[in-house]
Amino acid sequence: MSTDSNFKRFVEVGRVVLLKSGPFSGKIAVIAEIIDHNRAIIDGPTTGVTRQSFPYKHLTLTPLSLTKLPRGAGSGVIKKQLEKEAVVEKWDKSSWAQKRAAQDKRRSLNDFERFGVMLAKKARRDLVRKTIHKAKST
Amino acid sequence: MVRNIDACAKSYRERSLPQNTFLMARSKELVPGVGRLSRSQVFAQRALYKGQKKSTPKAEADAPATVEKTIGGGKNGGKRLVPTSKASRFYPADDVRQPKKSRKTPKPTHLRSSITPGTILILLAGRFRGKRVVFLKQLESGLLLVTGPFKVNGVPLRRVNQAYVIATTTKIDLGGFKVDDKINDSYFAKAATKGAGSAEAEFFEGGKPKAKEAFPESKSGDQKEVDKAVIAAVKKTENLAKYLKTSWGLSKGQFPHQLAF
Repeated sequence: MSTDSNFKRFVEVGRVVLLKSGPFSGKIAVIAEIIDHNRAIIDGPTTGVTRQSFPYKHLTLTPLSLTKLPRGAGSGVIKKQLEKEAVVEKWDKSSWAQKRAAQDKRRSLNDFERFGVMLAKKARRDLVRKTIHKAKST
Repeated sequence: MVRNIDACAKSYRERSLPQNTFLMARSKELVPGVGRLSRSQVFAQRALYKGQKKSTPKAEADAPATVEKTIGGGKNGGKRLVPTSKASRFYPADDVRQPKKSRKTPKPTHLRSSITPGTILILLAGRFRGKRVVFLKQLESGLLLVTGPFKVNGVPLRRVNQAYVIATTTKIDLGGFKVDDKINDSYFAKAATKGAGSAEAEFFEGGKPKAKEAFPESKSGDQKEVDKAVIAAVKKTENLAKYLKTSWGLSKGQFPHQLAF
């Protein structure tokens, strides 16, 4: 290649992807093999995603990827590499995954719990306001 | 359009027949008064002959057809057999249909499974719409008996239709608390009053606006008694009284079908 690309994430074997639709939506998987310009074979032996062909349209590329995954690797090899590189832990720690988890949590709250959140936010606002006022006046 | 035609047919029937008649449940009316099926066809369709006869007709004590009466007057023979029920003096010229007796009984209203005693409900209609209240029990009429409690959010003991209510998953533990049986549908009925002679008499008394009638003490006593148990249960959970005090509403970007209650 003459010049480096400006893009950071590529559709490549070993790329960790987030699924956006279907029964596994919200889970992550790894690209095991590229079928064509529309679909790839993905597999997530440690995240509960079965090996399947999946259209790019319904997945998002994450910054994570397995560095040394050979083309068309089976579930066993993928599992070993995922565990070796601790990809799932890395994903769970990422702010992207944490934001998603927080969103899901917020959505699942019931009416009374939402009220509790409102009270907690109010208390936080109050505390911040008072501390700032104190700091300014001294 | 269809509704109009139905209304016309109904009014036609009401004019010519006594009220509460239920004609031609099975046999569709072709023109008013004439059904698609004959009487025997309807009988076959209703298939009442198929059903198991559960009750045996009670043997009625035969009233004697005639009674012997003593008749005054010389040439009247002294005694005469008189029929107990006098036959009609004339027969109707036209056949009069016997109205069909309805054997339908109203089913008790089904209570939504998400509503149990102690459930916090959100009222959606009426004067107290948006208020969060505590469900106590379902009344005979199918309406729900709820209370604010009155001291917490100003909602008194009140009946609401469950259609105008959101059931939340939040429940308070009322324990073995039972609402007094006297609080039933008739408890909420308005006392019958004679209509005032004039609008003037209804609102004014001696040139001044009428004094407001005081809320009956017995009812406020009932309210307090019920609320005592409810408030005790509410106090067990932190912030719950505050929660009941606030009204519910949707803010921007919130949609009720996407919310969990």
